[in-house]
Amino acid sequence: MARELQLMKGNEAIARAMIASGCDGYFGYPITPQSEVMETLMTEKPWETTGMTVLQAESEVASINMVYGGAATGKKVATSSSSPGISLMQEGLTYLAGAEIPCLVVNVMRGGPGLGTIQPSQSDYFQSTKGGGHGDYQLYTLAPASVQEMYDFVFDAWDIAFKYRNPVLILSDGAIGQCMEKLYTRDYVPRWTEEERRANAPWGTWGKPATRPHNIITSLELDSARQEVFNLKLQKKYAEMKEKEVRFEALNCDDAEYIIVAYGSSSRIAMKAMQMAREKGIKVGLFRLITLFPFPTKQLAEVAKRVKGILCVEMSAGQMIEDVRLATECGVKTEHFGRFGGIIPTPGEVLEALENKIIK
Amino acid sequence: MTEEIIIAGFGGQGVLSMGKILAYSGVMQDKEVSWMPSYGPEMRGGTANVSVIISDERISSPIINQFDTAIILNQQSLDKFENSVKPGGLLIYDPNGITHEPTRKDINIYKIAATAKAQELGISKVFNMVVLGGFLKLKPIVDKQYIHEGLEHSLPQRHWNLIPQNEEAIEIGKGLIEAVQTL
Amino acid sequence: MEARRQELLNQGYEEVYTRTKVLTDAVMHYCPGCGHGTTHRLIAEVIDEMGIQDNVVGVSPVGCSVLAYNYFDVDFQEAAHGRAPAVATAIKRLNPDTYVFTYQGDGDLAAIGTAETIHAANRGENMTMIFVNNGIYGMTGGQMAPTTLVGMKSATTPYGRRVELNGYPLRMTELLSTLPGTYYVTRQSVQNPAAVRKAKAAIRKAFENQKLKKGLSFVEILSNCNSGWKMTPVAANKWMEDNMMPNYPIGDIKVDGKIVDGIDANRLVLDHALTVMQ
Repeated sequence: MARELQLMKGNEAIARAMIASGCDGYFGYPITPQSEVMETLMTEKPWETTGMTVLQAESEVASINMVYGGAATGKKVATSSSSPGISLMQEGLTYLAGAEIPCLVVNVMRGGPGLGTIQPSQSDYFQSTKGGGHGDYQLYTLAPASVQEMYDFVFDAWDIAFKYRNPVLILSDGAIGQCMEKLYTRDYVPRWTEEERRANAPWGTWGKPATRPHNIITSLELDSARQEVFNLKLQKKYAEMKEKEVRFEALNCDDAEYIIVAYGSSSRIAMKAMQMAREKGIKVGLFRLITLFPFPTKQLAEVAKRVKGILCVEMSAGQMIEDVRLATECGVKTEHFGRFGGIIPTPGEVLEALENKIIK
Repeated sequence: MTEEIIIAGFGGQGVLSMGKILAYSGVMQDKEVSWMPSYGPEMRGGTANVSVIISDERISSPIINQFDTAIILNQQSLDKFENSVKPGGLLIYDPNGITHEPTRKDINIYKIAATAKAQELGISKVFNMVVLGGFLKLKPIVDKQYIHEGLEHSLPQRHWNLIPQNEEAIEIGKGLIEAVQTL
Repeated sequence: MEARRQELLNQGYEEVYTRTKVLTDAVMHYCPGCGHGTTHRLIAEVIDEMGIQDNVVGVSPVGCSVLAYNYFDVDFQEAAHGRAPAVATAIKRLNPDTYVFTYQGDGDLAAIGTAETIHAANRGENMTMIFVNNGIYGMTGGQMAPTTLVGMKSATTPYGRRVELNGYPLRMTELLSTLPGTYYVTRQSVQNPAAVRKAKAAIRKAFENQKLKKGLSFVEILSNCNSGWKMTPVAANKWMEDNMMPNYPIGDIKVDGKIVDGIDANRLVLDHALTVMQ
């Protein structure tokens, strides 16, 4: 399939991007509001075209461990779920990070805690960026804010995942997942050939030839000294990501007196609030996070020096704000505004919060 | 140009597909579009609504609470969204089943008796296209040829034989819409 | 190790028994007399004899055999506790021409990983599962397993397993034989040479079956846990024969997709009378 203009739901875009980006396998379990991902894959039957495997697992626990098994053979493997399912996957995610297995996990967030609601939310920021599972590890976390980004970030995810041998998380929410927007599809990237797989994943368990020692995929190291060395290696990898792989978008930040910091669907709402504020003559900018880990610490700190106040907008009780305050070392007035439990704030509410909490 | 629309009614009235056809037509005309449904248990029966934005510029929020146009197909939706129309905006409703007429004085109000007309003509399946026709009469934000392309992309190929009927319904709607209150 | 071998051969020693080349030089951490070492060797011999060393991926569990990947000279993955069947499912689905096997103990396969075990079997995953059952949690220090016999003492059943408190020993192998996704289901043991020979033939069949693509091949190996049972290896093997085997009868249950003739239907519906320790 070539570049083509379509109207598509965010969840469908994820599925189509997986097929188009040469993904080898998808393993998942249905949960609202992301079930369209697997439904689209099953309808498209990519095993008849690209050869991609799609399997409905018995649980999210099985799904993430299937990702582990498949991805550890050096193939491009993905899963998707929504918040409660992602909670179940935390064990698998820390094993994936600990065994340094590249893979793609998509979380289309809904409100919590517990079974919560099926409506959109952004209350999994801590879980995504502060380590949902045990141990010192990080997921490279991308936050798409449009259907186009849902699609494009799948392609980007494979590059990062294999470059760093690390799981990549696309952290979206029910609003972007269910929303339809204009989308430019891309040319298909063929699945790797056997030779490419072996070249791109020399560490993979694809059958030991006589020419190399056996490859072992494990996160176990009983020798503490060696485990410390391994942890230092991970930290070095994360530091390199912080140095090289930060992504963000600064809109109208140059002349801004105030900025809103947001990501995902909140950043769309914030963009509207920014436009409304500018119409009223208030100089507001939007600093949109694209990577949540690595967090654009330096870049935000630079912008923050020039402004009088920062409003953090997130559909949560205030999680991202902690990283914003760390980035700015609390050097500027910073407040949180959010709705939660599946309520999406309106642009008007955001503007009101900016006026009441920051400008006043 | 930016047009922010809410379409609301009962599940099964073709609310979401009307929005989709409109949005897809916008895509075909190289506009920026977004289509944001309400979803969840309320979709299984009950009310359904979708926000559609068509614009010449990058769309900020697909989630909005103030609309240029509200297309209303039942009483619950009228009650819910009448006050969400921007002052000077447009409210279109089908009088079928409406017991409390809209009361706003600062908006343009039109009605379209699409349910009755569709039943009369035996074209209930394309009732939603009659309504869409009424809207397009008042706000021709997408051209006819792109509506055709929008229909092609929205309908599975096996239903393309129904496209002429859909287009006819749009034309019927254009003739059916009548002003209740204009500013 | 190879140098020493050559040295001995040069001195005129005759080689009557040697390490199979599919096992590494790593020194196994298993307790002397435990069945894991023998079972490892049998799997390695089968891989060697089938000539598939370059085309096999193993999956190790959490439990005593967590480090199995160090002992097999083949590509290996270490799974989270209980998840080996899910891990192996994806390996096999994405690499359908590769031989894939899991190696799990009773806690891993029949307690924490029950869901993954049953669903992999029910999907008829075309792979080999090796299940070592010693009726106890060895690595964590001898706690009750799902397969611990009624009346059997463990660190968490110090007065013996009680049905009222802990339920019945779980016979996973019989249970899996009832699923249409399993193609070969057998229970073997490795406590004497005759048993070892039969176990090896079963493992070979379970690997060969992967060529047929007809479903899961499942081999349970009864083993003693002399440390956990607090017995000498010899006494433990005797105890296993006297107590484990009446509860976990040795032999094929399902071959080529069919329940073996003469298998008592009552055995498959978990006859409670059998579960009381002798």
